[in-house]
Amino acid sequence: MRLTAILAAGVFATAALAETPSPAPNPDNWDAVLQDANGETVYWNAWGGSPQTNDFIAWVGQRVKDEHGVTLKHVKLSDTADAVSRVIAEKSAGKTNGGAVDMIWINGANFAAMKDADLLFGPFAEALPNWKFVDADGKTVTTDFTVPTEGYESPWAMAQVVFIYDSETLPNPPKSAAALLDWAQANPGRFTFPQPPDFLGGTFLKQMLIELADDPSVLQSPAGANYADVTAPLWQWLDALTPSLWRQGRAFPQTGPRQLQLIDDGEIDLAISFSPGEASAAIANDLLPDTARTFVLDGGTLGNASFVAIPFNASAKAGAMVVADFLLSPEAQLRAQTPDILGYGTVLNMDALAASDRDAFAALDLGPATLSPAELGQALPEPHASWMTKIEQDWSTRYGAGN
Amino acid sequence: MDKAASQSGLTLSDLSVYRRSGEKLLQVNAHVLPGRTLTIMGPSGIGKSTLLAAITGTLSPDFRCSGSVRLNDRELMQVPPEKRRLGILFQDHLLFPHFSVAQNLAFGLPPRTKHRRARVEQALEDIDLKGFASRDPASLSGGQRARVALMRMLLSEPEALLLDEAFSRLDQDLRARMRRLVFAKAEQAQLPVIMVTHDQEDAEAAAGDILRFPPPLAT
Amino acid sequence: MPETDHPRMGRPTKGPAFFPTLTLLFLLGPVLAGLLGTLLPSFGLLRPSGAAAFSLEPWTALAEWPGLARSLWLSLKTGVIATLIAFVLAVLLVAGWQGTRWFKVAHGLLSPLLSLPHTAAALGLAFLIAPSGWVARLMSPWATGWNRPPDILVLNDPGGWSLIFGLVLKELPFLLLMLIATLPQLQVRDRTNVATALGYGAVLGWCLTVLPGAYRQTRLPVYAVLAYAISNVDMALILGPTAPPVLSIQILNAMNDPDLGLRAPAAAAALLQLVLVLVALIIWKAGEVAGATCVQALLWRGARGNSLAFRALKPIGLSTVTATAVLLFSGLLAHFLWSVTGRWRFPDVLPQSFKTRTWDRAGEDLLFTGFTTVSLAFLVAVVALALVIGCLETEHRRGRAMGTGGVLILYIPLILPQISFLPGLQILLLLAGVNHGIWPVAVAHLVFVLPYVFLTLAGPFRAWDRRLATVASALGHSQQSILWRVKLPMMLAPILIAIAIGMAVSVGQYLPTLLASGGRVETLTTEAIALASGGNRREIGVWAITLTFAAWIPFLFAYALPALMFRNRKGMTNG
Repeated sequence: MRLTAILAAGVFATAALAETPSPAPNPDNWDAVLQDANGETVYWNAWGGSPQTNDFIAWVGQRVKDEHGVTLKHVKLSDTADAVSRVIAEKSAGKTNGGAVDMIWINGANFAAMKDADLLFGPFAEALPNWKFVDADGKTVTTDFTVPTEGYESPWAMAQVVFIYDSETLPNPPKSAAALLDWAQANPGRFTFPQPPDFLGGTFLKQMLIELADDPSVLQSPAGANYADVTAPLWQWLDALTPSLWRQGRAFPQTGPRQLQLIDDGEIDLAISFSPGEASAAIANDLLPDTARTFVLDGGTLGNASFVAIPFNASAKAGAMVVADFLLSPEAQLRAQTPDILGYGTVLNMDALAASDRDAFAALDLGPATLSPAELGQALPEPHASWMTKIEQDWSTRYGAGN
Repeated sequence: MDKAASQSGLTLSDLSVYRRSGEKLLQVNAHVLPGRTLTIMGPSGIGKSTLLAAITGTLSPDFRCSGSVRLNDRELMQVPPEKRRLGILFQDHLLFPHFSVAQNLAFGLPPRTKHRRARVEQALEDIDLKGFASRDPASLSGGQRARVALMRMLLSEPEALLLDEAFSRLDQDLRARMRRLVFAKAEQAQLPVIMVTHDQEDAEAAAGDILRFPPPLAT
Repeated sequence: MPETDHPRMGRPTKGPAFFPTLTLLFLLGPVLAGLLGTLLPSFGLLRPSGAAAFSLEPWTALAEWPGLARSLWLSLKTGVIATLIAFVLAVLLVAGWQGTRWFKVAHGLLSPLLSLPHTAAALGLAFLIAPSGWVARLMSPWATGWNRPPDILVLNDPGGWSLIFGLVLKELPFLLLMLIATLPQLQVRDRTNVATALGYGAVLGWCLTVLPGAYRQTRLPVYAVLAYAISNVDMALILGPTAPPVLSIQILNAMNDPDLGLRAPAAAAALLQLVLVLVALIIWKAGEVAGATCVQALLWRGARGNSLAFRALKPIGLSTVTATAVLLFSGLLAHFLWSVTGRWRFPDVLPQSFKTRTWDRAGEDLLFTGFTTVSLAFLVAVVALALVIGCLETEHRRGRAMGTGGVLILYIPLILPQISFLPGLQILLLLAGVNHGIWPVAVAHLVFVLPYVFLTLAGPFRAWDRRLATVASALGHSQQSILWRVKLPMMLAPILIAIAIGMAVSVGQYLPTLLASGGRVETLTTEAIALASGGNRREIGVWAITLTFAAWIPFLFAYALPALMFRNRKGMTNG
């Protein structure tokens, strides 16, 4: 094994010498950042599965080009992990400068992993000029799955769990774990969720755990010896539910969008979503029947934010910060919230905005299937990331291994 | 060896072919005078064609050879095939299918030949195929193809001629005429000829020495 | 041993062979570096955190993956069964129908489908056979009584049968065309005539007289299909079982997991995937022996293959192959319909409303990305072609065919699961200083394009009549002149086919493009896969159609150009 180690050192370490990091732009000197950014090309690695999102990113590109001379290229990913892998590979190869990824659409466990492995540039977020509009007190924009962001990622959209249903076939959807179980048993085959470890599938499990656990507050600390006791009610509930799921729980949709497709195909009646505006946007884009509606559980639902982060070795850090700042502008936030564009919740504090901007947000018609902020209610905080990891693994062993 | 060196014509001295395993197939000692024909006869599989390949320098790697081949005082064994100036005819005539008849003939002309088109026209006339210049070789009859192949070879100005069952695909009547034509051209150009055949009539028509090989021990 | 002095074709060729060496470098360099990049992390070295200490912990972690044993079994089962069925069907069609008009029709139908990307085929099929799919829509509600789709487990069944179905469908055209390509060298008509005269039925007669020779030449493509079927991601993701999925999907999930600690076990799993492929090859080899024994037994029993059972095989061959073509084309048609669909719900047979919005939105992107994709594919295919011709010509001049070792090396990129070595390759490219842009992508594509170009050209080049070279050199032409003026022009058709196949392979590459370019080179496939993750059938439709078209154009050229250039050369039409 010594031989391979030497070989590895030889093969993989040579390049480390060559790179000397160029001075990173200082976010506190915004004028210098703007100057650096002018003429830079920013490669934003973001999920590319939605033409609406892709169009929005293209629009952002147009605007930052006009405004600041930054060229924005959308690297369309099928999974955020692809961008994380790239940064890891670059780090392994000693490439501390001139990396291929300038900015990542990120949150939750991916952020925690990258921050933990020192793969991020920052802190920068709270130095952005538009940070002053951000609702840092009212919205969970400074922690991400309980991990403090510490300025290593900048928020750009709020998300909250809602359930999508077709009001034509399901006029009175079940709004609690118990009601969901009753309804599913009475209507076998009409409900499913994306298969964990899909992000949305894991979220569904967490959502149910919060409601079923005797004391949900323990979820804010890392899972430990209490894991089995705390999750026992969840497994009991799932044991009862699974045989009544779509395909008797012997197959699951692999992603959220595939699950949504199943509603449109009439195969299921109820689906989980992490975007309150998704249903309205889908209706506008012919992806769901116009009778689709959303609701939140009686006990409230999980919420979190979507962020952008900059890798430690990004080639265009200044440009990336300019894009991150633009995403926080009222103009971009308003557009993102428009239902037939993205329908994403804003991260801004309405009271901090100019009156004209505030009016524009107030005047926005959120679309037929989007709940008002009052209806959505206060979002529940995300449990510590360790719970999701353990639950997903446990779920795979219990239901995903063909036993 | 010294005696052979002073002679014109094609001389094979202890020319032997072996399988890669080392098994010897044939050994030949012969001298073919200009305008004369040596006929090599024997059953299939004995190594006759392999012997010709040894002479042209295109032996397949499954075989080896040793000995010497001299052509008009030139030792050929270390000469690349394209410089040996040996013409060869096979039973399939082997016209290049992607060329027209005229292109096939032109392909045989040595590089610095002048008046190439006229030479090709003349050559076509010589073999009674005037007007066939732009024809597809695949559209020719067997006899016509044989004549084109012969003329193509002659245009390359060889110093010796090798015939590998060259007439065996032709029917009786055509075969006799083709033989006459080949031998006449060879005599006219004073080329030594080595002919491989298993046909007695071919051998008789050649009217030269005949080398007969016994059947191989194996197969 | 006598003194052996053997000048062969032209100059004695000694010293290093330039082209084979270069080709090996291009093939093995990336593959070995890639494997190292997988091997090291699987034993605890080369971790993202930078820590490195030899440990077996990744393997023990792997052993605890939920459903691992079942995933292994599913991969093996689906791969072997699918390959077997596809191969048997291809044989039945050729054996029973070769030389007939129906055979020509079937061949003509299947050829263009060779360029159909796996993902497009799988998605098309998924839409056809799902309980809410097109077939069900055609029958509902008038025949089935279904106003809503039934809850039937067709797609993603735990036994993997829908995956097997999809793999058979996609691999059948490839195997069939590979089989057909061997026929010109096998004097099929003579052999089958003898068999018929001796009283053998068409299928058995063909299997006894032609198959052994044909199989010898299609063996390696069959192994490549087997390896693909066992380790593929694109079809398994759409059609395969999910609880648990096949091993390749388990690896993908682990590699994509935010928990970076899962990468090391994923690397171990990637090596396990490699072992699985080797196991499957051993099983297949055993099957070859068993098959040969069966044929021998039939021969000695004097079976003539005229029984009803044998005669039934003939129509089975034709009908299944036709059904394959119909299904694949229907899938494409469905893609097209979806691409112009507004709303289309169960149980309507056709969309309720049509919209060109999806095409409009994609328009400019399509053109630009399509151009990048096709240019890149052409560049790679031409480089591969130059290397392959160099190798084959060296082989011809040295008169020694590449040994088994060489052929195996060539097959390594096709047999190794991509996930086993691509991440390592990415690190190699980074170290070499080719960070992003078109060149590293071209190098990565070359690894996969080279074998296919070689496979396509090796047959025709080796079957080329060496006596033509003898004649030409006797006419005073050098090796170089023979190559350029005789051999290559005569090989125009297979060369263009090789370019087309090479381009189709390049167009279809996803992981190599993504990993080598750092995401900075967009091709039709990377766009299509990104959009496919969004599950919007309209978008998928647009990209599936474009992708198929892009891969198909080179084939069009490959068939049309020789026919046009050699329209007056009958001798060139069957060569």
